[in-house]
Amino acid sequence: MKSHYQLLIIGGGPAGLAAATTAAEQGVSCAVLDEQPMLGGQIYRSIESIPDQRAKKLGPEYLRGKKIAAAFRESSAEYYPNTKVWSLNKEREVGISQNDQASVITADQVIVASGAIERPVPFSGWTLPGVMQAGAGQILYKSAGIVPDNGVVLAGSGPLLLLLAWQYLHAGVEVKALLDVTPLGNHITALPKFPRALLAHHYLTKGIGYQIELKRAGIPMLFGVSDLRAEGDEQCQRVTFKHSGKQKTIESELLLTHFGVIPHIWLTQAAGCHHQWDDSQQCWRPKHDEWGNTDIDGIIVAGDGAGINGARSAEHAGRLAGFEVLFALGIISQKERDSKAAKDRKWMQDERHIRPFLEKYYQIPKKLLATADDETIVCRCEEVTAGEIRQAVKDGHDNSNQVKFFTRCGMGPCQGRQCTNAVAHIVADEKDMPVEEMGHFRGRPPVAPLTLEQLASLKNKEVL
Amino acid sequence: MFKQLPEDNIDKVEIVLNGQAIQVTKGISVAAAVLSQGQSYFRTTPVSDSKRAPFCMMGVCYDCLMVINGQANQRSCATYVENGMIIEVQQGVGPDLENNA
Amino acid sequence: MNSDVIIIGGGLMGSSIALQLAMRGCSCSVIEKDSPGRHSSGVSAGGLRLLNRDPAEIPLSVEASKMWHDIESLLDSDCDARFPGQIRVAENKADMEKLEQRAALVRSLGYEHEEIIGKKELYQLVPAISPHCVGALINRTDGYARPYHALTAFRRKAESLGVKYYSSTEVYRVEKEGEDWQVKTSEGIFNSSILVNCAGAWANTFSTMLDEPDPLTPKALMLMVTERLPHFVDPVMGAASRKLSFKQMQNGSLIIGGALVAKLDFEKEKTDIDWAQLAESADTVVSFFPQLKDVRIVRAWAGIESFMPDNIPVISQSQTHSNAYHAFGFSAHGFQLSPVIGKVMSQLILDGSSELPIEPFHIGRFK
Repeated sequence: MKSHYQLLIIGGGPAGLAAATTAAEQGVSCAVLDEQPMLGGQIYRSIESIPDQRAKKLGPEYLRGKKIAAAFRESSAEYYPNTKVWSLNKEREVGISQNDQASVITADQVIVASGAIERPVPFSGWTLPGVMQAGAGQILYKSAGIVPDNGVVLAGSGPLLLLLAWQYLHAGVEVKALLDVTPLGNHITALPKFPRALLAHHYLTKGIGYQIELKRAGIPMLFGVSDLRAEGDEQCQRVTFKHSGKQKTIESELLLTHFGVIPHIWLTQAAGCHHQWDDSQQCWRPKHDEWGNTDIDGIIVAGDGAGINGARSAEHAGRLAGFEVLFALGIISQKERDSKAAKDRKWMQDERHIRPFLEKYYQIPKKLLATADDETIVCRCEEVTAGEIRQAVKDGHDNSNQVKFFTRCGMGPCQGRQCTNAVAHIVADEKDMPVEEMGHFRGRPPVAPLTLEQLASLKNKEVL
Repeated sequence: MFKQLPEDNIDKVEIVLNGQAIQVTKGISVAAAVLSQGQSYFRTTPVSDSKRAPFCMMGVCYDCLMVINGQANQRSCATYVENGMIIEVQQGVGPDLENNA
Repeated sequence: MNSDVIIIGGGLMGSSIALQLAMRGCSCSVIEKDSPGRHSSGVSAGGLRLLNRDPAEIPLSVEASKMWHDIESLLDSDCDARFPGQIRVAENKADMEKLEQRAALVRSLGYEHEEIIGKKELYQLVPAISPHCVGALINRTDGYARPYHALTAFRRKAESLGVKYYSSTEVYRVEKEGEDWQVKTSEGIFNSSILVNCAGAWANTFSTMLDEPDPLTPKALMLMVTERLPHFVDPVMGAASRKLSFKQMQNGSLIIGGALVAKLDFEKEKTDIDWAQLAESADTVVSFFPQLKDVRIVRAWAGIESFMPDNIPVISQSQTHSNAYHAFGFSAHGFQLSPVIGKVMSQLILDGSSELPIEPFHIGRFK
């Protein structure tokens, strides 16, 4: 690995790979830094190594990853797996660690393509063994061929639930029920966005297709579910909820939940990029222009790490970022950039027709985002409850960071990834103020594990 | 909770889980291997001794921490199985640090 | 908005002073441009250290130490304070000589709190330390507390006695209206008969408005905290000739300091960690405690603090206005002093002088 590249790309998913392929085509020295052992990010996890018989059961969208991977492999871009990036600053100094060695390398341009994480939504019992995020189920299946053996309940709101239910159905897994917590009222509020969504009708027909198959297979699908809870003695034993005015229970040792995805912004936060609250996507995202330029010169974002638009958009966003880098490095002119990028810009606009509808349809209700039950743990690491957070606000700690200082919410190993959103919503709810004014936990490096020995090893290196 | 789907041509490696030697699929994460063995919890929390197991499987929740080859606080979902690897459920903050004197 | 006293800066010093003034019946307004504890007070490593103080600070620090040992009676909260002692470790003969000289100096000033200990006792106290050390200087009554909790406790108590805090309120101008003060802020005008400048890294803005600019330098010092660890060390650790500074907190995590400077853009209030420097800190910790090599850092940060050229604060009446006062420039070692600063300043303001000597901290000393 060199100590300086023209372009460093952080993230090995569709956006990162597409950006690298695009830039490398014009001879730019570039490297993709990937914390995973194999490329593909989360959406195309294990795409190069997955046995065919498993890949087939995952659906056609997954297989698209093979094309992206192949194009990347053919390019001259370098690929560094098992490489954690623990810091990035405005000088584009990138702190990395591989095995037990840490170092700081630099680049003229950096593309952060850090993807998305599941939106963490605390609910009663969510910390019990046996309660996992739906993405976790997908990762186990894609990367290891591991599936539930005693059945599973799927709950939450979002297209991923349908997909996973369908994938499990085809793997012979017993899906005990699919509990949709999307408020029934969303059907109505989303209606005005529906006509535009028809322009991306393949998404809609796919979703409906899954539903029909699941129904035919006899899988109970309940809509308008509320008051979701996992219960059990030291592990999940049953799922309880309200539906059609009745209290219901399903015995299950496994509950997979999904409440949408949000950009994984820890690195751009630590780098000091400006972030804004997106009310429609209900998430913080780095402020950026059409090409992905953030407010820090030379730091570009692409893919779901910039804002949730899905895997296809991520590819196009990656290519746009790649073209922007070529322009910024003076390799192509602005006119050339615009003309090369024309198709990708058009495709991105087409893919985005579905977004306003999906976002409105699957909008998570405030009651779930601002954890209603005071006994529920919000900060998983430090075990701080919603009630304790509310009390801190009442005691005068009136923004997310003050609550963090006082309660230790967000000071554990996950650095607030699982709780910052809920904390902001709870504080906003208590103060009856907009979420964005409550703030996101101030991002601090290192954003990936860094040991004292690894840090000490920087001493003898030529750190710029 | 989980099982390994039968598939062709799976290579195995041997690891030691809570003192027992077992064969698991080569190339998978420690978390995946441990889940497929029927282990219901991976650690107990330092704050309240509560049992935890993997939640996100993608390295952002830090609930899957285990003691791996004697080192505490290793994300088992981000560590991959190797022959001879020793894996233990982590109790609280993990084993006492050694003295040097 | 009128009060007897306006205090600019809602950190530990401003709050401690507000509390003591309120205890003596004054009405106070604390004006804070961000939220209380946003800067120096919130990034403190929490050390309650009397050991190795500048001789000028020793009398204040001795009194502050007594106050911390009984902090609950002042603040209705123990601030989670612990007192396992603090040591400066000697690695060789030269270090020991240096420490022995220091102990002698402190004794010559009439204080007994800094003690030399030999190898045997060092290893009894800190069995986990690397075997190459030869002895240490110790203050057995030192320790640590939780700075944000302490600040909250100061503030709560002060508010219960009528002190009013105004957050997100930036002071634009400070002017005399006859004998009294008129403070123009983003949220309107405040009036008082007494003004106190506790604005930390921004204190020079107000000193300048009072025609007594001072050579204050804002600097950002880096700290880092590790994951929670099994308990392995009691006293707060320092070293005679290397920049070692760490403590194991109540919850098992280590806070590691070392007086290392981060990159700072003061205008934008943005700090950037200097990793090469922080690597020094990590290296020093691991050389004293090799068993910590695989311990992970959860967070590194640098907050903005105010430094004076001689590394001791300004605690003083204004030279240009008899009803203005200053308490700033604590140069990254203010936490321990905070309770006594309130006492000393309230005495200075209300009685004309303080019980403890504050001459060395006079604002006029830089000319």
